Amino acid sequence: MSAELLATEPAATAPEALSVDGVTVRLGGRTVLDDVSFSVRAGEFTGLIGSNGAGKTTLFRVILGLQPPLSGHVRVGDGRRGGADVGYVPQKFLLDPDMPLRGRDLIALGLDGHRLGVPLPSRARRARVDEMLDAVDACAFADDRVGQLSGGEQQRILIAHALISRPRLLLLDEPLANLDLRAAQEAVRLLSRIASEQRIAVLISAHEMNPLLPVMDRIVYLAAGRAASGSVDEVVRSEVLTELYGHHVDVLRVHGRVIVVGGRGHDEHVVPELTGGAPGSVEIVK
Amino acid sequence: MHQVLRAIVEPGFFGNSSVQLAAAVGAVVAIVASSVGVFTVIRGQSFAGEALGDLGATGGSSAYLVGIAPLWGFLAIAVAGASVMELIGIQRARGRDLATGIVLGAGFGLAALLLYLGTIYDNTTGATVTILFGSPFTLSSSVLPLVAVFGGLALGIVLVLYRPLLLVSVSPDLASARRLPVRLIGALYLLAMALAVALSALTIGAILSTALLVGPAATALQLTRRPGRAIATAAAVGIGAMWLGILLAYDSDDWSSSHHAWPVSFFVVALVLLAYIASRSLSTRARGR
Repeated sequence: MSAELLATEPAATAPEALSVDGVTVRLGGRTVLDDVSFSVRAGEFTGLIGSNGAGKTTLFRVILGLQPPLSGHVRVGDGRRGGADVGYVPQKFLLDPDMPLRGRDLIALGLDGHRLGVPLPSRARRARVDEMLDAVDACAFADDRVGQLSGGEQQRILIAHALISRPRLLLLDEPLANLDLRAAQEAVRLLSRIASEQRIAVLISAHEMNPLLPVMDRIVYLAAGRAASGSVDEVVRSEVLTELYGHHVDVLRVHGRVIVVGGRGHDEHVVPELTGGAPGSVEIVK
Repeated sequence: MHQVLRAIVEPGFFGNSSVQLAAAVGAVVAIVASSVGVFTVIRGQSFAGEALGDLGATGGSSAYLVGIAPLWGFLAIAVAGASVMELIGIQRARGRDLATGIVLGAGFGLAALLLYLGTIYDNTTGATVTILFGSPFTLSSSVLPLVAVFGGLALGIVLVLYRPLLLVSVSPDLASARRLPVRLIGALYLLAMALAVALSALTIGAILSTALLVGPAATALQLTRRPGRAIATAAAVGIGAMWLGILLAYDSDDWSSSHHAWPVSFFVVALVLLAYIASRSLSTRARGR
């Protein structure tokens, strides 16, 4: 069952950047994604929220064309540009500090890495790379070896690499997972700015929705292979999540933070991966 | 001054046809091996390169027993070895070392037998030394066009695939997101590496062939942070070590009263090592971030 809720659509002038329609994927005998449907419009910042193992990575692989679904289909943009329409930022990116590649070189590969041959120096290409460096605020370390940058700096280079081919959709796989609180806040602000300034759809996956609440336009909540999408207020409600999970779930809001508590009738317990806290504890927020 | 120059470059050096051939073949081999080697180091496939080179011992000795030029043996075994490695999944990180080691051990065992048989058959160890450690001064001139063709092929693969190969080597994830054929690119690269290593074995022997593949590349990576410059720098270091090695080997004939020249491969490898050490000290002083 797909809980595609009717949302008060924003003035739907923004074109649809991504359309996922009835996607089902079975891997190793398990139904990882079950009739998942949602869409994302240009300029929207959408969070794909789900605990580890909920199917977020599989969904990304389907969108990237790396995993054929059992049924359903995915359309990016108007479907004409193929792979170039999706920019992808992977979660892990470990590089040898000695790797001979500057930040700006890696970004340039985003433009023409699929073309054969050796690139000739081109002022136009250099200008594009500089433009991207500016957009992600990475000019200060553009000429340093990528392997020697910090996690947050590398991520900005990777975002620029993904953006330079002017994709309609930017996918980021758990971008906040390895960042400290301040870096995570900066990353969220940067991505929100990119979504609105560049008019592209940003879809980021996370297992914790709270850092994204300030900027998230829409949420796609993934649980037990099924998805509910809409605005945060519409989706993150006890009734909706209860139906999604198949057992009773409570949603609490405390000072603007959301806490999802899963339980079965009298046997209340906190589902740890939903809050990011330790099992048996409830996150106390001020 | 004139005296010093004559001591270093002895009269007749440049006119000697064996020297000229060695320098020409050596230059082509050095450029190809060093350039291909930059990607070997980037991709962390030095062990595979080492294995392919050492397998040359098996190939060269087989060729010798059968009576054909060792170059064909080097080429055939390197390509066969690369194919086997690709089939058993060398591109996957896990199990890669073990698979390479097993193939290498088997190859060496066979080489030991073949070289022994060759020694018995010919009653001389000359062929063994040539196959294992190279002998550029005894190359036949028919080898030069072959080296140019296969070297050109190896270099061609790397230059044509340059951008996709760089992306795949840096991050297979990013490459597959861009729909690049990651496995095919890796396999083609393995072929280029096999050719480069086989050619290197021809000049400095099977055992030391990796030194020319990996040494100049490692040196270059210390000195520059741009991939294009790394390839140019590696090629320069490779040619420099090769030509200077040839010169020193030629001169060494006069160093001992018995007039036995030291092997070229020793000098080449020693120079490559010196270059690497020098580059490390330069880079730790100059390196900012």
